[in-house]
Amino acid sequence: MNSTSTSKRLWDAFWQLANPKVFMGWSGRWLPWLVGLTILFLGSGLIWGFFFTPDDTRQGSTVKIIYLHVPAALMAINGYLLMFVGSLVWLIRRQHVSVLAAKAAAPVGMTMTLIALATGAIWGQPMWGTYWVWDPRLTSFLILFLFYAGYIALWAAIEDDDTAADLTSVLALVGSVFALLSRYAVLFWSQGLHQGTTVNLADGAKQENISNVFFQPLFLSMAGFGLLFVTLLLIGTRTELRRRRLKVLQARERMQ
Amino acid sequence: MLQVSNLSVARGGISLLHDVSFSVQPGQALVLRGANGIGKTSLLRCIAGLQQPISGTISGSETVAYAAHADGLKGQLSVLENLKFWSEVYGGPAPKSALAAYDLQELAQRSAANLSAGQKRRLGLARMLVTGCGLWVMDEPTVSLDAQNVALFRIVLQAHLQSGGAAVLTTHIDLDLSGENLDLTGYIATAQRSSSTFEEALE
Amino acid sequence: MIQLFMRDIGLAVRSGGGFGLALIFFLIVVVLIPFALGPDQSALALVAPGVLWLGALLACLLSLDRIFGLDYEDGSLDLLASSPLPLESVYIAKAAAHWLTTGLPLALAAPLLGVLLNLSFDAGMALCFSLLLGTPALSLIGAFGATLTLGIKRGGLLLSLLVLPLYVPTLIFGAQAVRSASLGQPFDVPLVLILAISLGAVAILPFASGAALRINLR
Repeated sequence: MNSTSTSKRLWDAFWQLANPKVFMGWSGRWLPWLVGLTILFLGSGLIWGFFFTPDDTRQGSTVKIIYLHVPAALMAINGYLLMFVGSLVWLIRRQHVSVLAAKAAAPVGMTMTLIALATGAIWGQPMWGTYWVWDPRLTSFLILFLFYAGYIALWAAIEDDDTAADLTSVLALVGSVFALLSRYAVLFWSQGLHQGTTVNLADGAKQENISNVFFQPLFLSMAGFGLLFVTLLLIGTRTELRRRRLKVLQARERMQ
Repeated sequence: MLQVSNLSVARGGISLLHDVSFSVQPGQALVLRGANGIGKTSLLRCIAGLQQPISGTISGSETVAYAAHADGLKGQLSVLENLKFWSEVYGGPAPKSALAAYDLQELAQRSAANLSAGQKRRLGLARMLVTGCGLWVMDEPTVSLDAQNVALFRIVLQAHLQSGGAAVLTTHIDLDLSGENLDLTGYIATAQRSSSTFEEALE
Repeated sequence: MIQLFMRDIGLAVRSGGGFGLALIFFLIVVVLIPFALGPDQSALALVAPGVLWLGALLACLLSLDRIFGLDYEDGSLDLLASSPLPLESVYIAKAAAHWLTTGLPLALAAPLLGVLLNLSFDAGMALCFSLLLGTPALSLIGAFGATLTLGIKRGGLLLSLLVLPLYVPTLIFGAQAVRSASLGQPFDVPLVLILAISLGAVAILPFASGAALRINLR
């Protein structure tokens, strides 16, 4: 009896965080800390990775692009996941902050996808002898990029904000199903050149796919990219909230 | 037949009408009045189920026949085919009597693209008869009708009311109906009443 | 629902934009291919499965914005939405009418156009089957895209941008079936997968499209 009421209170308190006013408060307080942590993790991870790790015996110094490539790819997928969750929450609970977070996640995720593709191409050139191969993993990321582009374009094309929020959310949900489907269709379509997963957090350390010398700075870099993503997401969402508030105030001005 | 209580209506995120309540009984026609842009169309769209009100309830008949500014006619189809389609969608009566009521028999085989504006409007109004619905929701039904055809519309509407039907409509001319008028001017939502979650997002 | 399906087919036949245009577009694409790639028969046979599938897919795309656009403009979509017919059924009826007037003729014409690209008879049959099973998915996905861009003026380009990435799995399995057939390999697996996409689209997309239509009409 008591525990259910406690969990109910926690549940309500959690959603209270998504109230625009409350959100502006806590995100504003957290933002400077997040910026600091991002600089700390990303800077130390990249500097350690680039300058203080040995060259790989087989891949030479090109291996070091892994410190950009893997975290960016991870965030590209996380961004789409966040878009999906934000859209779903909006359609179910009508929380404006959640759909605006989804909107803010899209350009960040799209940029991460672009970084992953570009670094992959630069890495692949000496390895495979060409910048681009139609490998399943590369192809999936290219398709992911197209899904991001469609979502952003739909947001930009619709005048009314709530209509845009609703329709882009429907697109994000259906798009997720088809993005997943495309992933498996692409696997079916071609068995590729891309090496197997380098970092598997669950059993990566045990399997020794990647030695600890490389893994420690990579972990820092991944944490840094994660923090960077959250920071950009909060800034983007805050900007969207302010833009919406401006619109409301302008509409009120016209009414008086 | 129709019960509207404490209804608040918005268009494009801006509140228009606040706390509107009225009811319409069988045999009754309600004419909504008010200046342009007051929210008459939005209110009718709520009743027709095309739009969700901000708050309040609408109860009564489950299906309504709705006539908007646009008649929704297909130019490639004949007058008869247009009516037949809607009669089948609603499972309503055959188009014959509807054609007679609006004096459209001679035009039955003509394609709707070749009708005049007034004839198109009459066809749009004849559509209400083939739905077989008790409640008619009509947005400016008399636009582009001449005096003779307005009289025709009045006869049809009065027959509909006498057979136990009801209607909610907006019009700028006096139809001299056995119904009542509802002036919406008193229900205009003021800026103070319309609040948005974003306004609270002060920092 | 049947009435709406019949009405849309009637309208497509009478306005002349439904049957003819997509087929002629498909023909033109296929005719242009040898000009771009050269007349070498074996090279054409090699690209034919993919080119034919891609051509049919693009031809399907042409008429998508008309599925709901015309009814939205003349106000009949409003009237349909206030009628007893659920918007999910409106979507299915319209997607089905689009398939019958666009997808089906494309599927039937494809093996004939395959002759122009030196496609073998067996591969032509595989092409016909894979298009018969795949074009319903193309119509359903396309009609869903059309519900999203309904209220946008000149939304045709955006519609293509939204729909084409959604076409990826269908295209992959479809072209794979024809490619396997042209190499004399079994092609039943990709055919089953195409059928699965079409069936999945029938199961999910009516709800998404109904919701999108309601959002656009309010």
